[in-house]
Amino acid sequence: MTKKRKPFPIHIFVFLAPAFLVYTVFMIYPLIDSLRLSLFSTGTAGSELFVGLANYKTLLTSNNWAPRLWNAIKNNFIFFAVHMLVQNPIGLLLAALLSSKIVRGSSVYRTLIFTPTVLSIVLIGFIWRLILSPIWGISEDFLSFLGLGVLNQPWLGLESTALFTLSLVSVWQYVGIPMLLFSAALIGLPDELIEAAQVDGATAWSVFWRIKFPLILPTVGIVAVLTFVGNFNAFDLIYTTQGALAGPNFATDILGTFFFRTFFGFQLQAGNPTMGATIAGVMFVIILSGVLLYFFGWQRRLQRIEL
Amino acid sequence: MIATSNNAQPAAQRTGKSWGHWTKLLGTHAVLLAYTIFATFPIILILINSLKSRRAIFKTPYALPTTETWDLIGYQTVFEGASFGRYFFNSLFVTLASLALILFLSSMAAHALAEYRFRGNVFLGLFFALGIMIPIRLGTVSILRLMKDLNLIDSPWSLVLVYTASGIPLAVFILTQFMEQVPRALKDAARIDGASEYRIYSLILPLVRPALGTVAVFNMIPIWNDLWFPLVLASSEKSKTIILGAQIFLGQYVNDWNAVLASLTLAMIPIIVLYVIFSRQLIRGLTSGAIK
Repeated sequence: MTKKRKPFPIHIFVFLAPAFLVYTVFMIYPLIDSLRLSLFSTGTAGSELFVGLANYKTLLTSNNWAPRLWNAIKNNFIFFAVHMLVQNPIGLLLAALLSSKIVRGSSVYRTLIFTPTVLSIVLIGFIWRLILSPIWGISEDFLSFLGLGVLNQPWLGLESTALFTLSLVSVWQYVGIPMLLFSAALIGLPDELIEAAQVDGATAWSVFWRIKFPLILPTVGIVAVLTFVGNFNAFDLIYTTQGALAGPNFATDILGTFFFRTFFGFQLQAGNPTMGATIAGVMFVIILSGVLLYFFGWQRRLQRIEL
Repeated sequence: MIATSNNAQPAAQRTGKSWGHWTKLLGTHAVLLAYTIFATFPIILILINSLKSRRAIFKTPYALPTTETWDLIGYQTVFEGASFGRYFFNSLFVTLASLALILFLSSMAAHALAEYRFRGNVFLGLFFALGIMIPIRLGTVSILRLMKDLNLIDSPWSLVLVYTASGIPLAVFILTQFMEQVPRALKDAARIDGASEYRIYSLILPLVRPALGTVAVFNMIPIWNDLWFPLVLASSEKSKTIILGAQIFLGQYVNDWNAVLASLTLAMIPIIVLYVIFSRQLIRGLTSGAIK
């Protein structure tokens, strides 16, 4: 780049301006303006009053808001934990099996297993609501088939099971994403390395955990951060199956549904844009911490190991 | 399970096709097949039951429809109770218009970032990358106000603008990488022949067609499937997308099993058809994106 001042070439401006404008006006500006709004309160005549961090204080401490917020955060972490402990290991297992060179037709399996992932979660939510419905009795049939008929319950209706059930429905839908990312990483590994280990007499199990898994750690990090961002941004499944109130008794309320109820309103309660923006601010901090933790905690350390 | 079924080819080659090889092969297929059934069975259950009478849905839920149980009453109710045709065209318009804008705007920006060295090049690249990890939903409160001010509430254009804005960051990122790989000699040759900078852009575009395809398929599914923004910005009868339409219809007809199953099927079919057509491209795109 030269330090000389030249007129900015007009064609570069023409190429960049449209994308820059749409992106700035409809994404960056709303994100910043939403953070700004969280520092304001709506006055009586619809006027906006600057209140500093008072909204955050209300949200974090007042009796009307704090229990709902902490409940949503807690549920959201449970939702995330189920994805990390169930979805990603299953994705890894399927990827390990699919990348095995003795299996033919792995692309057929891959395509079919990925099908639920492309469907709208609204439809997935309804499909599982029907399947778990005691009226239809599909889940009951299955449990008795497995000899577990006594376990049958209205899974979505009980406070103790609703959140786990919905987390598993979401896992069922999205397992295709870690599966694809892991299998791409596994297929990309150099063959010589693995063959060398096998010639040395290592079992498939130890080849996987000692050689392959450490090599795909970058993908493990990507999958974790994608899961985190996706989970803390989730909304559709809970809204579709349990409604905006995320019942029973807020047992399935996560940040997305809490945010929606607050800014948009529900039933007779009117929406509160500034408090909604405050919740978005909290979500922004949580998501940003996760992403930064990934970039500076995980990626940096991996790079140091590689060096 | 990984232990019994993972890659054991060299061993098998040395000793011929041993018993161990066959058990591993069988075990792997058994697990994959079981999971495939688990992943597709609920969808198939909905499809086959949408074609049956109410009695058959409950009496023989696992059976394929027969001439005796065949009943399209659910589809009738759906077509009388909701304008799925219109919802479908709304979804189609929003998705196609957003995709066209994402591809056109992002490819121009990516071309500028990849081709020219100018002040602020790196900064702009980072500015665009900023949006990759931050969900646009967090700005919904302000988007709603903005759309009210622009008088775009209940217009499909509000959705198109939001989806375009949120699709640009990743598209610019992917396309810039691909455009940097186009050989410089090619562009310089065109310049010597007197081609304008705009002409050079139009010459490069066909060369990055696979990347454009990847970006399109990446964006298509989340846009088509979105519930959040249609719910907030475009929930009137005339602007509903198929997913919002299905969501509201399903809520209203929750006890009419025929109608529920039929509307689920109708809402699923377009995306399943698209998936069948584009699955190779989608999976290849996701896979190559991961290696990058």
